[in-house]
Amino acid sequence: MESNKDSMIDKAEARDSSNDVDVRLLDTILASKSLKDDKGLETGAHSLRKNGLSVELKSTPNVRIEKKEDHPGIDVFVRDDTPLEFVHVPVIITKGGFDDVVYNDFHIGRNAHAIIVAGCGIHNDDACNAQHDGIHRFFLDEGADVQYVENHYGEGEGSGERILNPETDVHLGKGAVLRMEMVQIKGVDSTVRTTNAELDDNATLLVTEKIMTSQKQSAKTIFNVKLNGKDSKCQVTSRSYAIDDSSQKFISNIEGNAKCFAHVECDAIIRDHGKVTSEPAITANDVDANMIHEAQIGKIAGEQLVKLMTLGLSEKEAEKEIINGFLA
Amino acid sequence: MIELKDIAITKGGRQILHDINLRIPDNEFVAITGPNGSGKSTLAKIMMGIEKPDSGMILMDGKDITDLTIPQRAAQGIAFAFQAPVSFKGITVRRLMELASKKELSKSEVCNYLSKVGLCANNYLSREVNSSLSGGELKRIEIASVLARHASVSIFDEPEAGIDLWSFKNLIDVFGELRAECNGSIVVISHQERILNIADRVVLLEDGTIKDVIKQGEKYSLFTDQIRCCKC
Repeated sequence: MESNKDSMIDKAEARDSSNDVDVRLLDTILASKSLKDDKGLETGAHSLRKNGLSVELKSTPNVRIEKKEDHPGIDVFVRDDTPLEFVHVPVIITKGGFDDVVYNDFHIGRNAHAIIVAGCGIHNDDACNAQHDGIHRFFLDEGADVQYVENHYGEGEGSGERILNPETDVHLGKGAVLRMEMVQIKGVDSTVRTTNAELDDNATLLVTEKIMTSQKQSAKTIFNVKLNGKDSKCQVTSRSYAIDDSSQKFISNIEGNAKCFAHVECDAIIRDHGKVTSEPAITANDVDANMIHEAQIGKIAGEQLVKLMTLGLSEKEAEKEIINGFLA
Repeated sequence: MIELKDIAITKGGRQILHDINLRIPDNEFVAITGPNGSGKSTLAKIMMGIEKPDSGMILMDGKDITDLTIPQRAAQGIAFAFQAPVSFKGITVRRLMELASKKELSKSEVCNYLSKVGLCANNYLSREVNSSLSGGELKRIEIASVLARHASVSIFDEPEAGIDLWSFKNLIDVFGELRAECNGSIVVISHQERILNIADRVVLLEDGTIKDVIKQGEKYSLFTDQIRCCKC
């Protein structure tokens, strides 16, 4: 009975490839320069969620995707020794009045290699808020290698806010590698992004985060990383651009509990009345922990503008080029 | 041809340049030298429009460009290599070359520019022009970005500054080639005798004014003495 009900709802909410909003949201959040060989949603394993409901689910021989029984969300299982497989898990919201919480767990087998493309696009023309909170957990077995790409994007003319509060828990087994590329393109009114990670021996976590805020938008990102394993490594690179009256806050708490290496870098460009705060905390609990934090906040350097102007760009073109490069 | 007429500028109550009159014809290689603080870099920046003179006029092929902005002067065919190259987080070497060329470039085209300054394109194409590059690498990329402009007037502000000895030999070769191939004028601010040796004319600045202009081969020993004297 439940299954039939789901099926009827799915039909009503299904992705409409002739709908400009659906197409634009999916194109925007699934686009990534680093994924040139990606064939998109059509051929690979994927789960598409729209307006709070799962509307498409497809598994492949190496990737099994199952709906959770107890919560909204999915379990993704990537088999041991999978050579390389794309998994797409996009979410789109096309109307206001939603507070969607989804729980997605990724179980990556030993020595499996996967590229997971996630993200959320919100189109809100309503007066009510549209909110999506993705609670993601990653369990990477020994030697697994995963690239995780997450794009967040908001649009629409409604007075309702577009809110995204992703939480990501990461557990990296021995020698596992997770590369996270997280981008907030534009149009998200409020976001709190929390990433918690624990690393075993020789595990590597590489995080690149790029966030743009404008108008009165706010963004807060928190990284809590525990380097528990010998020779574990973590690099967090955050680039943010805050303009108008928007504000951003970057918080990192990195603990080195063994012989390990951590490098946290926070760069921010501000304009108008934009505000950025960087709160670094690096704690070495082992004498062989090597930990570095760098932070730089300021407006675009005048000499950068002048250099590009000597190449023939106007001041506005130079500024756009610098920002495009910074957030690329 | 670029021509400076009666250029003067004062900064912080100190007269940096005065009575500067200099004509640089097409295809001429001019080196401007002189002691530190003599106004060389200010003169170069005035030609590019980075600094505005208090008085005087700048002509390009007979047209008054004194009030043109930096990009307007770039459009007129003036290019500028900075003494201290600027770094950019996120802009790749390839993108910088494309911005300089005003077009998308193939790998072999970028390779052509980079190899002229002794860099292998394979190692640099997708690298960001940021502080992970050494001072010498940034300097060579800066010079390559000017080569990619194919400008009528190419200005280099102390290209040898920050370059190691090995790179310096290549740098001399770059200017030698540029001199042979270039259809425009080259203006190099330099202290280096080997660069002065390949110039058609050497302009000696001292206390903000032109003290002497020496054609290639002329009064060279005297000129060298003058520089040493100025530095004392």
